[in-house]
Amino acid sequence: MIQKRPFFITFLAPAVLTAVILAAAIFEVLQYSVREFIPGSLNVGGFTFANFAALNKPIYWWVLADTFFISLLTAVFSLLASYPVAYALVRAKRDWVRSALVSLSITPLFTGEIVRTFSWMLTLGTDGFINSVLRKLGVIDMPIQLMYTRFGVVVALVQFSMPVMIILLATAIAHVDRDCERAAANLGASPSAVFWRVTLPLTLPGILSGIVVVFAWTMSAFSTPQLIGGGKILMISNLAYLQGFSVLNLPFAATLSLIALVCALGSLALMKGVTGRIERRLAVN
Amino acid sequence: MRSQKIGSIAFWSLVVALLTYMTLPTIVVLMTSVNPTEILAFPPQGVSFDWYVKAVTYPDFQIAFKNGLIVTACASTLALIVGSAFAWLIHHYEFRGRGLLEGVLWSPLIIPHFTLGFGFLLLGGAFGVQQGYVMIVLAHMVLVMPFVTRAVHVSLANIDPALARAAANLGASPFQVLTRVTLPLVVPGMAGGWLIAAVLSLTEFTASLYVTGSRTQTLPVAMYNYIREYADPTVSAISALLIIATTLIMLVADRTIGLRRVLAIDTH
Repeated sequence: MIQKRPFFITFLAPAVLTAVILAAAIFEVLQYSVREFIPGSLNVGGFTFANFAALNKPIYWWVLADTFFISLLTAVFSLLASYPVAYALVRAKRDWVRSALVSLSITPLFTGEIVRTFSWMLTLGTDGFINSVLRKLGVIDMPIQLMYTRFGVVVALVQFSMPVMIILLATAIAHVDRDCERAAANLGASPSAVFWRVTLPLTLPGILSGIVVVFAWTMSAFSTPQLIGGGKILMISNLAYLQGFSVLNLPFAATLSLIALVCALGSLALMKGVTGRIERRLAVN
Repeated sequence: MRSQKIGSIAFWSLVVALLTYMTLPTIVVLMTSVNPTEILAFPPQGVSFDWYVKAVTYPDFQIAFKNGLIVTACASTLALIVGSAFAWLIHHYEFRGRGLLEGVLWSPLIIPHFTLGFGFLLLGGAFGVQQGYVMIVLAHMVLVMPFVTRAVHVSLANIDPALARAAANLGASPFQVLTRVTLPLVVPGMAGGWLIAAVLSLTEFTASLYVTGSRTQTLPVAMYNYIREYADPTVSAISALLIIATTLIMLVADRTIGLRRVLAIDTH
């Protein structure tokens, strides 16, 4: 008999096995989040929703709000900083400029978060690069506090998120039909009017997906708030780690990890809805 | 015309400033790694490779580097095998549950690494293999697999389907078509995907912090533990080595497959 679908089972089985292992790991988090915490023990008790009820305290709401706030700031500033780079990357006339811009903006993506966070610690520290330079120039007498501040955390997070934002924006800008811009220019629009009224609105879907991806990504940031925040700035990831490894309250750590996952999924679902609507509107006009 | 020129100069200055912001931390870390003094002073007081010697002879880093290599080799190779097979599957077949399977296997791009790491820690605990290599390799494998799958999928999509049909018409069995036609054509995609996976696994930190123990820690975890206790440029030297290594690997990956395609940056 001739096989209808050669290799189907052979190629499907490992993928299914991997998916099952991954689902099992996430299920373990879910399972622990509805178990009772037994103080002083790593074993967990019976079924309970107490961990979710325990979230309803001002300190946890504050951490959650701060996580949202830092992620939102990061997303907005990342957009503002990335758009010019992405625009230059797509529209540069010379080939080598484009290649150089791609390399410069994408390599930070692959150095890993510890190297990048450590680099920012050296840059922002009391004896760090920024303070040393400013002192040499006589701008300041006393070092300014950049480490362990929300400002420092956001400065590092924006830099981390820029490669992803640039990739998404560059794709959107590359898809803008140049004829629309030429038509506007021929009808008398100034270059700035062409950009603000034609190019920018046409890249709106890319802008929105960039903001949401960076927002979701930053909400799950761990090492930057951990090391640059130094315990003074707590995001949900740091609280989950603290609960799991210092307090040893595994069920509550699981609850927080689960909430972070739901937030990440939720913002992406939101993006799908919003960009879908905008794309439809753009298609109609 | 004049105002346009000024605008263009202002725009490019802005771009250069933003790129400086993006690369400044890397420059700072490279500078401190060759600075002879203990305190992180600027400007550098001279050039010395003492921190590099200290970094590569520090036992914790040596063990962690070895652990990292084992984990990376196993995880990215497993991801390559499973991911390539899966890419081939979704390229050729429609089947029930395909959407769900794809959703689960792409999800590590969205799931926070600490949630995933915690999940694998708990899963390891349930099977009594907590903080052992098995769980570390599995966690890394699922994290890097989307990138391999994507790289291979892009390569497959670029193959002319007529080639496989021609081979089949000339009497090649499905196995021969796969190994003699398709496979040679996707080898660059597989190699590039494997390299990206290896770099991501080698530098992965957050999930590793959860699933590794003191004896199985990978290099980024060892660096994190070092940073929390000491403040000398040894970690700068390790960081510099990692930056150089990953940049070289990514250049090779770019040459073999064109990184832009895998990352879906189609500028033109």
